Amino acid sequence: MSEIDLIPLNKELPKFIPLGRSGLLPALHAAQKLYGWLPQEVAAEIAKSLRVPLADVHGVIEFYSLFYNQPVGRNFIRVCTDQACALKGADNLLVNLCKHYDVEPGQTTEELSLTIERSPCLGLCEQAPAALVDDDAQTNITPKFQSYDLGIPRSIVYGSIHELTANCGNGTTTLAKYGEYSAYQKALKIKPEDVITEIKLSGLVGRGGAAFPTGIKWEGAAKAEGLQKYIVCNADESEPGTFKDRILLLDDPHRAIEGMCIAAYAIGASKGYIYIRAEYPYIIPVLEKALDEACEAGYLGQHFEIEIRVGAGAYICGEETALFESIEGKRGFPRVKPPFPTTNGLFDKPTVINNVETLCNVPLIISKGALKYRKIGTEKSPGTKLFCVSGDVVKPGLYEIPFGTTLRELLKMAGGVAGKKSLKAILFGGAAGAFATPEHLNVKMTFEDLRAAGLPLGSGVVMVFDETREIRDALKRLGKFFAHESCGKCYPCQMGTQRQMEILDRVASGGVLSGDFFRLEDVGWTMTESSLCGLGQTAASAVLSAMKLWPELFGESQKSNVVGRKISKASKDSKVPKTVKKSIDKKATSKVVEKKKLKPKSKTITKVTKTTAKKK
Amino acid sequence: MTVTFFMDGKEVSAEENKTLLEIARENGVDIPTICFHEATTANALCRICVVEVEGQRVLQPACIVKAASNMKVQTRSEKVIRARRTILEMLASTMDLSEAPEIQIMMYEYGASSSRFPDAERRQPEVKDDNPMFVRDYSKCLLCWRCVQVCAEDAQYTFAINFDGRGFETQIGTFFDRTIPETSCVLCGQCVAVCPTGALKPKREFLLEKGLSAQEISVLNTGRKKRK
Repeated sequence: MSEIDLIPLNKELPKFIPLGRSGLLPALHAAQKLYGWLPQEVAAEIAKSLRVPLADVHGVIEFYSLFYNQPVGRNFIRVCTDQACALKGADNLLVNLCKHYDVEPGQTTEELSLTIERSPCLGLCEQAPAALVDDDAQTNITPKFQSYDLGIPRSIVYGSIHELTANCGNGTTTLAKYGEYSAYQKALKIKPEDVITEIKLSGLVGRGGAAFPTGIKWEGAAKAEGLQKYIVCNADESEPGTFKDRILLLDDPHRAIEGMCIAAYAIGASKGYIYIRAEYPYIIPVLEKALDEACEAGYLGQHFEIEIRVGAGAYICGEETALFESIEGKRGFPRVKPPFPTTNGLFDKPTVINNVETLCNVPLIISKGALKYRKIGTEKSPGTKLFCVSGDVVKPGLYEIPFGTTLRELLKMAGGVAGKKSLKAILFGGAAGAFATPEHLNVKMTFEDLRAAGLPLGSGVVMVFDETREIRDALKRLGKFFAHESCGKCYPCQMGTQRQMEILDRVASGGVLSGDFFRLEDVGWTMTESSLCGLGQTAASAVLSAMKLWPELFGESQKSNVVGRKISKASKDSKVPKTVKKSIDKKATSKVVEKKKLKPKSKTITKVTKTTAKKK
Repeated sequence: MTVTFFMDGKEVSAEENKTLLEIARENGVDIPTICFHEATTANALCRICVVEVEGQRVLQPACIVKAASNMKVQTRSEKVIRARRTILEMLASTMDLSEAPEIQIMMYEYGASSSRFPDAERRQPEVKDDNPMFVRDYSKCLLCWRCVQVCAEDAQYTFAINFDGRGFETQIGTFFDRTIPETSCVLCGQCVAVCPTGALKPKREFLLEKGLSAQEISVLNTGRKKRK
């Protein structure tokens, strides 16, 4: 216990103390940087300094994949084995890498020099396969792991228009290059409510996936009572296949910051946060520098300041209320809504939380004016949209196109399916999206047309699968992803993602059991209809779409079975056993414990599992 | 102020700010609950109390949704039944419900089959018997959160327990898996009192079930005192 030197930690901690509980994640990050992992004594010291209960500190460490409560390597290689990278041979890459260093995935070399882990999507999908080597992105890795680009990932930007991406593709745009915050200055000359009116007129809706009207959100927070209000920029981009915010923040950080400044003025917020996922470590210094520049130029610091907060490996923290919990130093459990963030958001104060891409639209709208902004796109879906194109296309990358472009046109821009193969499917919108087929190619990509076609726009993911690809493998990965990322709060998602994964594993391995189709349908439907937050409500979205498109993949003809099992008649094995009835009577009448009342143990146990083992 | 709305087609009037669950119970309408407890903050996490509210995209948890004028609520529609049944079936495939009679009755009522999910991973951690007052058998824990809540702001402000892991692998745990006497636990017993499934059990009950007689248990206790 006494081997760990707490002096360096105690030098770091004072700066987190004023933050109170909200300083917990930053303090844990700082401590992990010092010690490589989070030993008990270190966690206890942090708990004491920040006055957070020990058990709560433990709960937070346990929740986030990237906090470690046991020794790990001084160096890390996190290989993305999610869908886009899998299409480019990530599994083999991982095997070779592990063989090379003589470790298993998730293990650490004996002398604690290196840990190799599988990672959920790293947001480097257009340069797959990719890995994170400590804080550097490693992209386009060849199977033998010999040549690679190490450092800050390149930004590959295409498209038929460059509004949001005007400054993207040529490295970071400094303030000197970006120019003064002219939209912000223009906004300051009009009343805050007029800024909101302009945003409402523009028809801008959220680009994170939910497509909520931005102006209405701002108005809600502006009108909410309270002196302290917050702006939060959601940069926890973790939807598999999504990398647009990575490019926007790396190449043009000032656009998002200016958007935040305008939002702050519009709703009367004095403090903002950028919450960025820990899998984008190379963006953090870029953002810090941009914030410094904006402070020096006087845009930040007087009326409005921005703090960067870093996640710790939890997809759920992209959900707005889970993100608030995370900033507050808690496990990333989503909250029940209502109340909504506009009245009860971060620290229970009125809060506007917007996605990076949404905020990047704001300076454009203000400087051009809403009417001119609406000239691009369609009547109901104005503006441009960023699409993250990856998988089997000739030119994967970030594509900016006006709303209304068809999927076919987008694919054509991307050079079509690679290797002269034909198209099998497109995972559209992300893991929480749906599969599209060649029949969908003429769909115009607007909110209304996509809704009609049953395709969720989500975060703009277009992941292409050629004719040789096995959809069952994609489904298996989706299942694993959601089981890994469910927070565990509500029952449908906590157990449903696990059961979904198990069935999809069977589907992939060809070992489906009789009735699996209906099990999968019931689980998916129940998650969609009764989960607490957006994660659970969309965790089966892509799977259910695949079941409709390719029922034959699921091994069984789906006609025979009982879709609407009768509820009135109890099934054979669900009769209430007499002993249970007895124990209910007992519970109701008496508190005296009978002697030798051994309960009948219905041991239908199939597998022994160690639930204490930390999920990695 | 009162609100008038429709529950299963019947017009119901209730005071403002009441939840659908409260109103249903006042009117003799049965909405099942698992995580809900009068003494703890409702978290709407078990979702067994979900009902169908016209105009809402998804099912709504009755334990927290408040009644509003002209709301149309279905407490036993086909959708509601399907969701409840599936949740119950998933529970039965995950944990040991042998000491949760209320849930077994629900399973019977909703036609939920305990063997719906074959070859499913179960949560089966070892029993933790590390203090003189209560025993923790988390293979029976259905993660209703009540114990964590009463240990924290809902009652005791002791903060001895929190969560391990996340998702399906979530479990109630202490700081770095310390034994209960090594935590801030004051052995108040409130967690045991609110546990719905026998996952937390008084030590004496545990020993009686093991087959020890009252006398044997009392000897155990005296032995302890003597050593002291």
